[in-house]
Amino acid sequence: MTVDTLINWFATIGDFPVLAFILAVIISGIPLFLIMALNAMVAVYVERKVSAFMMDRVGPMGQGPGLHAGKWGLLQTAADAIKLLVKEDTVPESSDKFLFKMAPYIIFIGAFLGLAAVPFSSSLQVADFNVGVFYIIAVGSIGIIGIVMAGWASNNKWSLYGAMRSAAQIISYEIPAGLSIIVPIMMAGTLNLQELIVFQSGTIWGILPNWIIFNNPFSFIAFFTFFISAVAETNRTPFDIPEAESELVAGWMTEYSGFRWAVFFLSEYANMLVVSGLAVAGFLGGWQSPIPGLFNTGLWGLFWFMGKLGFLIFVMMWFRWTFPRLRVDQLMHVCWKVLIPITMFNIFGVGIWKLIFG
Amino acid sequence: MGVVKGDQMVLNIGPQHPSTHGVLRLEVMTDGEIVSQIRPHLGYLHRCFEKHSENVTYEQVIPFTDRCDYLASMNSNFGYVVAMEELMEIKIPERVEYIRVIMGELNRIASHLLALGVYGLDIGAFTPFLYMLRDRERILDIFEYTCGARLLYNYMWVGGVSHDLPKDFETICTDFLDYFEPQIKEYNNLLSYNKIFVERTADVGVIPADVAVSYGVTGPNLRASGVKWDVRKDEPYSIYEKFDFDVPTGTGEFGTLGDSYDRYWVRMLEIQESVKILRQALKDVPSGDVHQALPKKIRPPKGSIYRRTESPRGDLGYYIVSDGSPIPSRVKMRSPAFTALSCLDEVSRGWMISDVIAILGSLDIVLGEIDR
Repeated sequence: MTVDTLINWFATIGDFPVLAFILAVIISGIPLFLIMALNAMVAVYVERKVSAFMMDRVGPMGQGPGLHAGKWGLLQTAADAIKLLVKEDTVPESSDKFLFKMAPYIIFIGAFLGLAAVPFSSSLQVADFNVGVFYIIAVGSIGIIGIVMAGWASNNKWSLYGAMRSAAQIISYEIPAGLSIIVPIMMAGTLNLQELIVFQSGTIWGILPNWIIFNNPFSFIAFFTFFISAVAETNRTPFDIPEAESELVAGWMTEYSGFRWAVFFLSEYANMLVVSGLAVAGFLGGWQSPIPGLFNTGLWGLFWFMGKLGFLIFVMMWFRWTFPRLRVDQLMHVCWKVLIPITMFNIFGVGIWKLIFG
Repeated sequence: MGVVKGDQMVLNIGPQHPSTHGVLRLEVMTDGEIVSQIRPHLGYLHRCFEKHSENVTYEQVIPFTDRCDYLASMNSNFGYVVAMEELMEIKIPERVEYIRVIMGELNRIASHLLALGVYGLDIGAFTPFLYMLRDRERILDIFEYTCGARLLYNYMWVGGVSHDLPKDFETICTDFLDYFEPQIKEYNNLLSYNKIFVERTADVGVIPADVAVSYGVTGPNLRASGVKWDVRKDEPYSIYEKFDFDVPTGTGEFGTLGDSYDRYWVRMLEIQESVKILRQALKDVPSGDVHQALPKKIRPPKGSIYRRTESPRGDLGYYIVSDGSPIPSRVKMRSPAFTALSCLDEVSRGWMISDVIAILGSLDIVLGEIDR
């Protein structure tokens, strides 16, 4: 179900290329937005519950309709969303109002564009590019423009600190993330996400699924370096220094409230989805079943993909509620002096491996 | 190639800020992330404790002491009543002394738990904070069961305590200690030995012993710098000389002697020492009447007294001047948190903003006590 299939299908009906293009974009864009919103709602609920269980609490526990947030607090995120929608939307008097209002859109666009290339199953993917991996890495950098814009336009020292830290962090961590994802690309010889996933079908020694993570020791390490960089790119603990609550109040989001703030929130969770999606597609066999040859067709693909995605997002939450936060220079140390040398070595190692065994 | 120096920026941390431990305002001069000077501005919680005390009777001062160090009200009470009893030369029953030590040590554990938990929160770890508060809650339950209050107790009176211990206090308290001791291991696994936590705190904000002494830093902060000074041991008051306990000092566990990690770690060890004292005290609480020695009228003779006690934050001293009337002529409180805060500027110069938060948290200040 890609945009191209839709356009081709419209072409069989009649000759209206511009309208067909617009229709196809809308038809595939709306579900994408719904996925984004749904993901945020589910993820917020799960995050509340996961954090609660890790902290020996019960989390939201409403006992019925009305103001009680539903059974087991299931309506908690709906209540949150309503609260954010009706909250006063404040714009500071001294801010640069145009940039201040512009920033949430840009961050949102960055997250939304990334989602377009995530292969949810063998057929469910909005845009099946031949350079899918490259595309996701590239549009992932758009958000940073919004963050710097938000931090600068707020005219608040905390926001500025947060934005500067965030810019330094995201730009730095894109390097190890990019260098790690080169490993699957080298092995599969393609930048197309679907082809990358198809490459991972079959088994190793008849037992293990032929996922890239299990293929050789270098790709095994590459998965972890990629995942660490991905956590850092999404600004989550232990790398959440741009919004370090105990230091920078709320970082670059300090001055935002109401729906604008909700858009940041939505984008953060969408970003988690995108980077986890890339990790799943690149290393964990995408929509391939963990039991090779079984349950591998049709909607099962969606199930496996979402399952793996959910697991990675759970691990991110696990990190968040277990680890303290790094300091900004330690963060840079981890990136430049630990992760980048490892990933460089990895690329070299995979090259040799492919030469000998490939 | 020289270092490029930009303009300095003034950053106001507080009065409304998540990690100023009350209402403190820090005027921080920064060059990027590097801090060059810190000027703390106090007084946002000033409640005229000392002036109030000059207008109420001696026993009415006790509730005010509660509100100074609101995280260790028992210890605040303790210091005041010990000073008053020394001034009036009251001999108090053995049972009262035991009850006071038990309550003081329980409150020390509660206060340290909050200090350690909030410190974890300052560094960014949320979960240990809730674990520690969960266990602190049990101590507050014990206090509530004993005297009806959970935070501000007004429990220790001059010459006695307000309520006798409930009948099953010993079992309740022992149950708590049996539950609590294994928890310390959990805190250590979750927070103390966490690599990131150690990286953030070890070697950060070192207070050398001579600096600590010259600023008058006391309590766990002084002991973390390697100076073995504990009022409970060195100037024993109440019945502390009866108990066998150690005074833990900093060892530079993961970094330099006197760094933030040492201050954290000394508190963790002190909790274990307090448990030791509690176990000894609970074993032989004598029977007796806790109201027996209460004076009919509190009218100390003309004169003055300065008595210090060991609160969870350090030397808590009371200077009381009596002119023979039922109203004190002067009550002065020596606040340990105030002296701890005074060395913040010297200690945190050259560190980053994140480290200032880490250093401030490790000093464990309570603004209620600093501003009084």
